[in-house]
Amino acid sequence: MLETIWFILWGLLWAVYFVLDGFDLGLGSLLPFLGKNEEERRVMYNAAGPFWDGNEVWLISAGGVTFAAFPKAYAVMFSALYAPLLILLFALIFRAVSFEFRNKVESDAWRSLWDVVHFLSNLAPCILLGVAFANLFMGIPIDADGVYHGNLFKLLNLYGLAGGVFFLAIFMMHGALWLTLKSEGHLQTRALAAANMLWPAVLVLLLVFLGLTAAYTNLFANYFAMPLLFILPVLALVGLLGVPVMLRRGKPWLAWASSAVFIIFVTFFGVAGMFPGMIISSIDPAATVTAFNGASSQLTLKIMLGVALVMVPIVLVYQFWVYKLFSAPVTARDLEDPHAY
Amino acid sequence: MDDVLLLSRLQFAVAVFFHFIFVPLTLGLSVLLVWMETLYVRTGDEMWKRHVKFWGKLFLINFTLGVVTGITLEFQFGTNWSRYSEYVGDIFGSLLAIEATVAFFLESTFLAVWHFGWDKLSKKMHCLCIWLVAIASNISALWIILANGFMQNPVGYTINEAAGRAELANFWDVVFNPFGWGMYAHTIMGSWAVGGFFVLGVSAWHLLRGSHKEFFRRSFRLAAPFTLVLALAIAASGHEEGQNVAKYQPAKLAAMEAHWETGTNVPFYLFVWPDEANEGNKVEALGIPNLMSWIAFGDKNAEVKGLKDFAKEDRPPVAATFWTFRAMVTLGGLFILLALLATWQRNRELPNPGLLRLLVLNIPLPYIGLGLGWAVAEIGRQPWIVYGLMRTSDAVSPVPADNVFISLIAFIVVYTLLGALDIFLLRKYALKGPEEA
Repeated sequence: MLETIWFILWGLLWAVYFVLDGFDLGLGSLLPFLGKNEEERRVMYNAAGPFWDGNEVWLISAGGVTFAAFPKAYAVMFSALYAPLLILLFALIFRAVSFEFRNKVESDAWRSLWDVVHFLSNLAPCILLGVAFANLFMGIPIDADGVYHGNLFKLLNLYGLAGGVFFLAIFMMHGALWLTLKSEGHLQTRALAAANMLWPAVLVLLLVFLGLTAAYTNLFANYFAMPLLFILPVLALVGLLGVPVMLRRGKPWLAWASSAVFIIFVTFFGVAGMFPGMIISSIDPAATVTAFNGASSQLTLKIMLGVALVMVPIVLVYQFWVYKLFSAPVTARDLEDPHAY
Repeated sequence: MDDVLLLSRLQFAVAVFFHFIFVPLTLGLSVLLVWMETLYVRTGDEMWKRHVKFWGKLFLINFTLGVVTGITLEFQFGTNWSRYSEYVGDIFGSLLAIEATVAFFLESTFLAVWHFGWDKLSKKMHCLCIWLVAIASNISALWIILANGFMQNPVGYTINEAAGRAELANFWDVVFNPFGWGMYAHTIMGSWAVGGFFVLGVSAWHLLRGSHKEFFRRSFRLAAPFTLVLALAIAASGHEEGQNVAKYQPAKLAAMEAHWETGTNVPFYLFVWPDEANEGNKVEALGIPNLMSWIAFGDKNAEVKGLKDFAKEDRPPVAATFWTFRAMVTLGGLFILLALLATWQRNRELPNPGLLRLLVLNIPLPYIGLGLGWAVAEIGRQPWIVYGLMRTSDAVSPVPADNVFISLIAFIVVYTLLGALDIFLLRKYALKGPEEA
């Protein structure tokens, strides 16, 4: 029972991570396409300014919780995905540094250099997260000792790549919606246009991804065993359909929230299909690490549940407060602040 | 497999030492910033606000690198030490997860509010943010060191034979591990001293040039006694920790002192040159009778176990442990002296220029001192990854050596680049001095 609760919480942490870091990663990936001049680019950096660091901690938490509640899954997942994970981590290092260092030297060449770094270091995580999760949905070649029989290129299969493109499109749309909230004038107009352009692409990719999922993975087995679960992809679709509806009604915050709902249910669509598998073996069903054979002791699960039930709501409350505090669009005046990026 | 082990150890060493360049300054400067901003709120003196902004800028440059290098560390356990993660994750993993949810969120979130919130918050609320950042950073360090404390002195666990792993038996034993708390006290005070010496060094540079004189005299006056108290407390907590090592890790103690033969009333030699191959010391000179027995156990008659009483495969590398320990203690002595002189000179119109020059040159040394301390703790624990419970050689991931080789090169290249950029920017903003009021 505790294992099942923790499996759901595990999915939830990843979902929250995708919703929160998703928009700033997507925003960074849009930098060369939307930021036409220095001021606009700075608005884009500062639109993520007070948020990106706190958002990234959700990744640490997802990692930490995997370690604490499912040590075997943690061990196998990150050693099997050695190369993509390290590329992801290096990209996140460069992303953080690009925020902090870009505006510290008065030189156009210096800033352009960091703009390139910023773009690539946001783009790479979007794609890698998609590739990694698609491969987890499908299963990876691990044996009973948790040894991975493959290499980086084996992860770049058709389904994995589809996952990468799908995540990138989602995060870019999510980021464009965020920029609509946090900018004014021409930049806002372009951000809105980008969101409107990305939306149909995401819809098409969703349908393609669902089709490929049926062809390449066993995720739907759980759905046919328990048809009630079909509510998850339906809710994802409702979230996605909500985006243009809310935009047309002039409610950009609700459009962003709809996109968040979409991301949460896309994540849960995959996670529910995997259950109880966490690291599904594509070569030996007995080698699959599940929420049951990979879980910590009951005592650890109980203590960690207590910690999570107390701390996660507290974190959500103060992060919500921060989002409210900095909800206003970034203005020219904000950019004059010596503390701005 | 041997290659993977060596490469993984090197990679972890690179990752952890590099991370530990940034963390101490974050911990130390956060405390000093709390002090400065609280003074600003209480006195309304704009000079303190300028202090917060100047030192805060350096703090932020440093903080970012501390965060990102920490993220890679958390995942290293999975990527390179998966056998370890499976074996003790039940205990070790929960400490890391608690660190993230209890402390790291708080630290990162409120740092951003503090950074961007000068005009959006009242003075008091803004000050509260840096308090939260400082408290959270220091609590974060506590959980990380408690996790390391479990590796040094495993407590509160049982072995589940069926599952083939260690499992949590008593959470409070793990949390109140005396070894972990001893390390925490020593490390945290060392980190605060890094902050203190950093402020003294940068202030000394400006005082020597007579730039922003009033401003940096004030920084100097604030930091000098703070640093002195810490330098003394480091020595005291180091002594405590030495006694913990004597009690819980006798092989490490013997290696730290290059002590080969078990005996009572063991003297302490001021000059020693260990000779690992011949299981003895080439030089042992200027012995102080009974001192090592007394240092280790508080009793001049106590028996101190020698290295020869441990099977060769259970001994840590002697020379490396010995020299890093001696170098650390020597630096600790130097820090007390420098802090004492700085405190004595702090109210002068211009402190002694020779001392000021020394303080500038000293800036990197506290970092090195802390790094050496970690080296003693980690090298001295070998050949164990969890003392007495799991060998480092059994802990490594089943990953191809070329993967680890490539990632190790990437770590070295990227971290060198980041280190150079960080020093460049810290230097630039430290030398630029505060904005005019």
